[in-house]
Amino acid sequence: MNAHIEKVRSRGASMRARWDSMPRQVRWVALLALIVFLYLLPNRWFYINLWYFRTMESDMATVLFETAFFVLLAVGLNVVVGFAGLLDLGYFGFFAVGAYTVALLTSPESRFDIGWPWLAAVPAAVAVTMISGVILGGPTLRLRGDYLAIVTLGFAEMIRLYASRNEGIANGQRGIPQIPHPVPDVKGSDGQSLFGVVDARPYYWLTLTIIIFVILGVRNLTRSRVGRAWVAIREDEDAAQIMGVPTFKYKLWAFAIGAAVGGLSGALFAGKQSFINSDSFQLTNSILVLAAVILGGAGNIYGAVIGAFITWYLPEWVRGIGGALGLEINVAEYRILIFGAVLIVMMIFRPQGILPNRRRAAEFADRRQEAAPTEAST
Amino acid sequence: MTDTVPDTTAPAKAPPREALLEVDHVTLRFGGVVALNDVDFTLYKGEILGLIGPNGAGKTTCFNAMTGVYTPTQGEIRFNGQRISGRARHKITQMGIARTFQNIRLFPEMTALENVMVGADAHHKTSVVSALFRLPRFWKEERSGRDRAHDLLRFVGIARPGELARNLSYGEQRRLEIARALATSPTLLCLDEPAAGFNPAEKDSLLQLIRKIRDTGITVLLIEHDMRLVMGVTDRIVVLEFGKKIAEGLPAEVRDNPAVVAAYLGVPTDAA
Repeated sequence: MNAHIEKVRSRGASMRARWDSMPRQVRWVALLALIVFLYLLPNRWFYINLWYFRTMESDMATVLFETAFFVLLAVGLNVVVGFAGLLDLGYFGFFAVGAYTVALLTSPESRFDIGWPWLAAVPAAVAVTMISGVILGGPTLRLRGDYLAIVTLGFAEMIRLYASRNEGIANGQRGIPQIPHPVPDVKGSDGQSLFGVVDARPYYWLTLTIIIFVILGVRNLTRSRVGRAWVAIREDEDAAQIMGVPTFKYKLWAFAIGAAVGGLSGALFAGKQSFINSDSFQLTNSILVLAAVILGGAGNIYGAVIGAFITWYLPEWVRGIGGALGLEINVAEYRILIFGAVLIVMMIFRPQGILPNRRRAAEFADRRQEAAPTEAST
Repeated sequence: MTDTVPDTTAPAKAPPREALLEVDHVTLRFGGVVALNDVDFTLYKGEILGLIGPNGAGKTTCFNAMTGVYTPTQGEIRFNGQRISGRARHKITQMGIARTFQNIRLFPEMTALENVMVGADAHHKTSVVSALFRLPRFWKEERSGRDRAHDLLRFVGIARPGELARNLSYGEQRRLEIARALATSPTLLCLDEPAAGFNPAEKDSLLQLIRKIRDTGITVLLIEHDMRLVMGVTDRIVVLEFGKKIAEGLPAEVRDNPAVVAAYLGVPTDAA
């Protein structure tokens, strides 16, 4: 049994080695092709040929937008949970803060009624969530492990309950309607604003573009002193501090960056839905994002992407297949159930996730160093 | 035990006399337990000082007080004349005190190279913004940190920089801890039982390594149970028992000290 588990685990490692051993150019071309594919994917003329891949029961572009949006959330949470090892269950709280900030700044129905355009509200939302991350992190990041999880969980619930009860600003359960869509000046070929109600494709493209930039940023951070500090904190916080890592500062940064990405997702969500109330921020969503990160492989950016894709896209796809076979599969009902089972199986066979956190152990310089004969060292 | 120590290994040169670390009448209590009782000794620049004593004598506690893990109840510890009690731990590291751990505490999921680079980062100034946008400072510090880490890995004798720390052999892990500590550019290196679990050959190479470290101008404080190693490499020895200093002096003096023989050397090492 154990030997078999080891075999399953090592298969992933060999795939990884194969990818690494490919020339740099090949990897870039492959990556570029993937990006082009993702941009083309929501077009009907494109996905209609991919019958085995497309969702049949629900609108492909909408599902793709939701998936992309979920990927963005997972990439942000991965910084906090995967790299810095801080179990943050309140991630959706930041998402809510971002969404409400945009709603309050843009909607004519909000108390402030200042009617900013969506685009101007986005940086404000990111700034506000980042600040709220620092405010929450300041006192709570002194806690560790489970205690941090409890406090952050409390934070998310507090935000949600406040939003549902507060009549003055958040409009209680009625929520805030008429949030403007992103950039109304950009017109489509039909003269209508590109970002409308019916077509989800522009939102998907926007989200995809944001994801690419966020991934680039996170990748730069993780392959630097900052990322090393995060992983060191995750591995052994005391040892990290004794090795000169200002642990509190870097934990706060991880928290703030995660919060900012969460707030950005919230801003996107508000712009797409054009209406938010406290029901949009249920705790199960927090857990689902966390499950996606762990499924994909905490501490690996692309693992988080794949995990989120599987968590959101796969159930929709399964529903389509079920529909084609004449079965009525209600995804919403079974998602959590199937997910629990998948996670248990994962934890047995591949506890490190689908794409485990593999720090790019050896860059070319290191490989050269390794290959070079070392002088008698001991 | 004592008769196995050859006299010839005692260092010939007189220890230098410029104080680096002063443990000034330090008492440390945990509730009713007195872990350190009025411990008082000085570490001079450029020497290798051994800290020995039976298990539970307070050696590691003393280490922890020096690296800021514990704050003394009474007395103070000065490093280069500056008081270190009450400073944040990473600040103490930046002042120039580095340590290894009795139970290996590497970052197991990081490569050997990255472990050492974390240490090198202690003096780096790259901010989150310059890392995010890959500003010139990022490239400069990343390159110098990487080169330094490679040099240190070669110095301690680890041939596979890309290997995850948890996949390294036990001996390599111990040496990697030393490399990581050295990467913080310390003036004082504290080694907490670096030879634990080593075979005689590994102990010999460790002894050479400690000498090499001292020869680069770093002062070394060594906690060790292996008397052959302690007698062979240290310039002076401080002996603790039940949190009190019972002896201090050259290895030969300490070895013949009746109180030390009674407390530590006289009994078989297994029971100590």
